Amino acid sequence: MASDTLTSSARTDAEITGLDALEIAGRDKEVSRGARIWAATWPKLAALAIAIAAWQLVVLSGWKPPCSLPGPLEVGRELVAQAQGPQLWEGLLTTLRRAAVGYVFSVAVGLLLGLAVARSTVLRAAIGSMITALQTMPSIAWFPLAILLFELSEKAIFFVVVLGAAPSIANGVISGVDYVPPLLLRAGRNLGARGLNLYRYVIAPAALPAIVAGLKQGWAFSWRSLMAGELLVVGISQTSLGAQLTYSRELSDAPWLLSTMIVILVLGLVVDAAFGAADKAIRRRWGVLDQAGQ
Amino acid sequence: MTSTTTTPRSATTSVALSGVTKVYGRGASAVLALDGVSLDVAPGEFVCLVGASGCGKSTLLNLVAGLDRVSAGQITLAGDANPGLMFQEPALFPWLTVEANVEVPLKLRGLPRAERRERVAELLRTVHLADFGRKRPHELSGGMRQRVALARTLALDTPVLLMDEPFGALDAMTRDILHDELERIWSERKLSVLFVTHNVREAARLADRIILLSSRPGRIIYSTEVNIQRPRRIDSPEVAAIAAEVTERLRTEVGRHGQ
Repeated sequence: MASDTLTSSARTDAEITGLDALEIAGRDKEVSRGARIWAATWPKLAALAIAIAAWQLVVLSGWKPPCSLPGPLEVGRELVAQAQGPQLWEGLLTTLRRAAVGYVFSVAVGLLLGLAVARSTVLRAAIGSMITALQTMPSIAWFPLAILLFELSEKAIFFVVVLGAAPSIANGVISGVDYVPPLLLRAGRNLGARGLNLYRYVIAPAALPAIVAGLKQGWAFSWRSLMAGELLVVGISQTSLGAQLTYSRELSDAPWLLSTMIVILVLGLVVDAAFGAADKAIRRRWGVLDQAGQ
Repeated sequence: MTSTTTTPRSATTSVALSGVTKVYGRGASAVLALDGVSLDVAPGEFVCLVGASGCGKSTLLNLVAGLDRVSAGQITLAGDANPGLMFQEPALFPWLTVEANVEVPLKLRGLPRAERRERVAELLRTVHLADFGRKRPHELSGGMRQRVALARTLALDTPVLLMDEPFGALDAMTRDILHDELERIWSERKLSVLFVTHNVREAARLADRIILLSSRPGRIIYSTEVNIQRPRRIDSPEVAAIAAEVTERLRTEVGRHGQ
């Protein structure tokens, strides 16, 4: 009898290993790193080339005089010149500092607010819909009030940036917590995670993708609010990127204007790519990302 | 809270349910899910609960697991047992590796790191997944995920295992093999198992005792000991005979609702 059991368990072991090998087979498809980067890059490069070509064509068509719409070459030269002087870098620094301070503060407010509303039914009933309402308010509409309250100062910009970004971040947290699969909560509780531990081990990681989406959207809002603010609230001594846009328009310096716009665009793209990478990393860990790897 | 205590009623009972009743909702819309279910599971006993839809099988397990409260009656667990619960889905944490999933209950119990690592390795060997610790759940097959879930539940070091149709979503081949696995682990660790299924053959393959629940409300209508020598095979004539008998009763019960 004993030897009977032994052989049957040895057989089960072999069966299990065999079945696992069969089921796992073909799941790991490795694509080389270089090929992946190239596959992601070439469409972007092609699109950029087409955009520049179209721009050049419009300039060549003579639709607008070259003094208001210069060609890519001239703007490129201006950009190189700007990059060699201190003005662009000082502006960049000022703008980035404001963006960082405003965004970090928005994240703190948004996370706390979102968590509070997600946890408390009373708070949710009271201000849940107000957060969504705030989100739909175009941030530029806050500026008149902000200027009345804080005058033409950095505080006014900060005020609007936070109002623009915090609701999106809070909403990300709320929907993240709401959509934690109930099964995972039950499993977590059964494994001994109660109270704060349930947040630490189950709710927070399960909500992470939605939170990152909220952070990304919050960034987009705060970046737009910041640019609007810098355009409107000029006159304060520092020359931010937004102020440079205003000055270049006043001086009718089209190459300067366009090269500043390119800097703003690239900055936005870089931050967006960082969020995109974080989002993708999370989805890959979760196994949500298509194995073919887009 | 008074309904769930942890004093053993007797030394020969691992889980004791007496007159357990569960009502959902209130007033006219109240639904009686379980009606006076009394049931003792002995230490090391494997009990299968069988019933058609709406018999409150899952409700019963939730109550025993302490995830829900009884409306009336009492549930008693021997010692300070915190029963482990398994579901039809593995319910693994997708953001953690296989190892880290199994480690969660050990962390929550405050075990030191070295000991945790040892225990995780031992548990993964138990479910034949020693080589897959670094994988993520989505990289595994359904049967493998369910084995990770089993290892994670075993990490609770609990003498009582509650299983809610754990193999319901698996193909027949994988299910057969997991039956063998579960039987081995159950007898090695001397677990008390309360196993819910609608698959009568599965019940006859695994159980020491099969309990049939009626539907709407759930009441115990039939109970039978399965005295077939282990290890069993699901396609053996003895298992088929028991399954046929239970199926007959189950059909009668289902037919009662069609009248």
